[in-house]
Amino acid sequence: MNKVIFETDACKGCGLCAAACPKGIISLDTSALNAKGYHPAQITDEKACIACASCAVMCPDAVITVIKE
Amino acid sequence: MIVYKRPEALSKVPMHYCPGCTHGIVHRLVAEVIDELNIEKDTVGVAPVGCAVFAYNYFECDFIEASHGRAPAVATGIKRTHPDKIVFTYQGDGDLAAIGTAETVHAAARGENITIIFINNTNYGMTGGQMAPTTMPGQVTTTSPYGRQKMIQGNPIHVCEMLSTLDGVAYAERVAVNSVKNVRAAKKAIKKAFQNQIDKKGLSIVEVLSTCPTNWGMSPTDALKFVDEKMIPFYPLGVYADRNAMGGDNNDK
Amino acid sequence: MAKVLIKGNEAVAEAAIRSGCRYYFGYPITPQTEIAEYMAKKMPTVGGLCLQAESEVAAINMVYGASASGVRVMTSSSSPGISLKSEGVSYIVGCDLPCVILNVQRGGPGLGGIQPSQSDYYQATKALGHGDMQLFVLAPSSVQEMAQLTADAFGIADKYRMPVLILADGALGQMMEPVDFDALKFTPEPEKPWAVNGHGGARKKNIITSLFLKPEELEANVLERDKKYKEVNENEVRYENYLCDDADIIIVSFGITARISKAAVNEARKAGIKAGLLRPITLSPFPSEILNKLADKASAFLSVELNMGQMVNDVKLATQCKKPVYFYGRTGGSLMSSDDVLDEIKKISGGLK
Repeated sequence: MNKVIFETDACKGCGLCAAACPKGIISLDTSALNAKGYHPAQITDEKACIACASCAVMCPDAVITVIKE
Repeated sequence: MIVYKRPEALSKVPMHYCPGCTHGIVHRLVAEVIDELNIEKDTVGVAPVGCAVFAYNYFECDFIEASHGRAPAVATGIKRTHPDKIVFTYQGDGDLAAIGTAETVHAAARGENITIIFINNTNYGMTGGQMAPTTMPGQVTTTSPYGRQKMIQGNPIHVCEMLSTLDGVAYAERVAVNSVKNVRAAKKAIKKAFQNQIDKKGLSIVEVLSTCPTNWGMSPTDALKFVDEKMIPFYPLGVYADRNAMGGDNNDK
Repeated sequence: MAKVLIKGNEAVAEAAIRSGCRYYFGYPITPQTEIAEYMAKKMPTVGGLCLQAESEVAAINMVYGASASGVRVMTSSSSPGISLKSEGVSYIVGCDLPCVILNVQRGGPGLGGIQPSQSDYYQATKALGHGDMQLFVLAPSSVQEMAQLTADAFGIADKYRMPVLILADGALGQMMEPVDFDALKFTPEPEKPWAVNGHGGARKKNIITSLFLKPEELEANVLERDKKYKEVNENEVRYENYLCDDADIIIVSFGITARISKAAVNEARKAGIKAGLLRPITLSPFPSEILNKLADKASAFLSVELNMGQMVNDVKLATQCKKPVYFYGRTGGSLMSSDDVLDEIKKISGGLK
């Protein structure tokens, strides 16, 4: 399975990754706040991830690591 | 296999930019290019006055803070004394196209063998969203509250087009970072702009159409749309100069 | 090499090159353009660079970059061009960088004139740049000194990591005198581990900046720099004491007017007046201690300058107003003669002033 790792506490909840994901499997976790007080980005269905890295390409804070199995 | 991870040349510190500000994307791209070309140990960056004033905290290479607009002159001072090092400036609209216009034009005319990363977000971000030389006609800013009016505030400047007329410019390309496709193209352009320096071709500038969600009063994703709908039609993407302006490797500066 | 008959401006350029300076950034302005022209011819022959910048603003920023990269570098200009450099100079100070700046003063304010003056004294010693800063200011009085003080300037700049301003004037810049370049003393360039020139994978990255947003950090930075200034003020004062020890009337004068005044002092002595000349060679740090000491014995001081009396208050402060401080000057580019100065000495001596 492909893996996407978010450095949750470094995320600013800007949403660019969520908007870029072609599978629509990234969203901001509105139920939680990270250490900075933002709703951090999270992957909701990792099995559907195709490791295109669109999320990482758009992330202004380089918090995303994408691993292809 | 790791498809993407944070570049080594980007320091492991949080960046102070607003959420969704594309400064972060461009910093990342520059760091990725520095990693890929393996030039971190030979690179000296020149930081502007503007939101990126702390750029020196975000990269692992040597860095110097320039006074407002003077980065190309400061870069000249470093590159001429250390021609084998890689020197780049990172500048915003006010820095490059207002107070620094003369330094920008003359470094380009001289064909200084440096790389300029120009962040065009049509306003002065750090000071709260004032009009810039790149503010478009009709665009509202804090110092053009009725929209930029030709008869009062005059016209904006198309930097790539203007600089392309100078013989010392090896490469001038306008890119955007508002979509995955555009970001990938922007990275290619930035990489070429650094490779040109290694190949001693002359001055390379990449104008990056960027967002300023905070001062535009938009969400980060709406700001990306603004680039598509309003900025790209006015500032067309593309290559404005691509030549070996200063003779490349065969020319001793 | 025997003595060479050379113009003041060119003597500075030649001395700079012999001091190991290989980078000059400048812009033409009368009466100092010869420096750029001399550098343009000579630098390529020694593997150096003379680059004519687009303005004096660009030039000082090129100096800032070059200095930060760890090399000896200088620029030169004249009064209006020096004003343009203010911000850049402040940045160089704020980053504790070394460099040499030459001001060949001309008449001001504004576009002024192109004839000699000393009307940038305030600017040089008090205000060439915003913020808590002190420049090291040297005032040559002969073409030989134009050369030697240039050599000294590079050494002082590197030792203390501060800009050194050589405050000359159009007369010194244009006049020709013999210079013995072999007699010049030089200071070798030290290692500069703080420079930004690529970390090479061998050290931590260097950052050169004068930005400290936290007040405590900026205060600490300024206080640290002040320690350096205290050391400079204690150890680097230079002056020439010409017949002051038994003098009644002491002229305080620098640069070209010091030479005119020296002639007047000699004539005054012949006429039976005990005159002397205290010639500051460093204007910053100012020779306060010696002036204070001389004020105990002397009856009066006379500041002779090519301006409206910019140095008078510094003499008053130094002497703690123990004795009257008179002023005689010309401005606009006019020079006084030694007879004019002699008349002033006689007036003071005769109690007419």
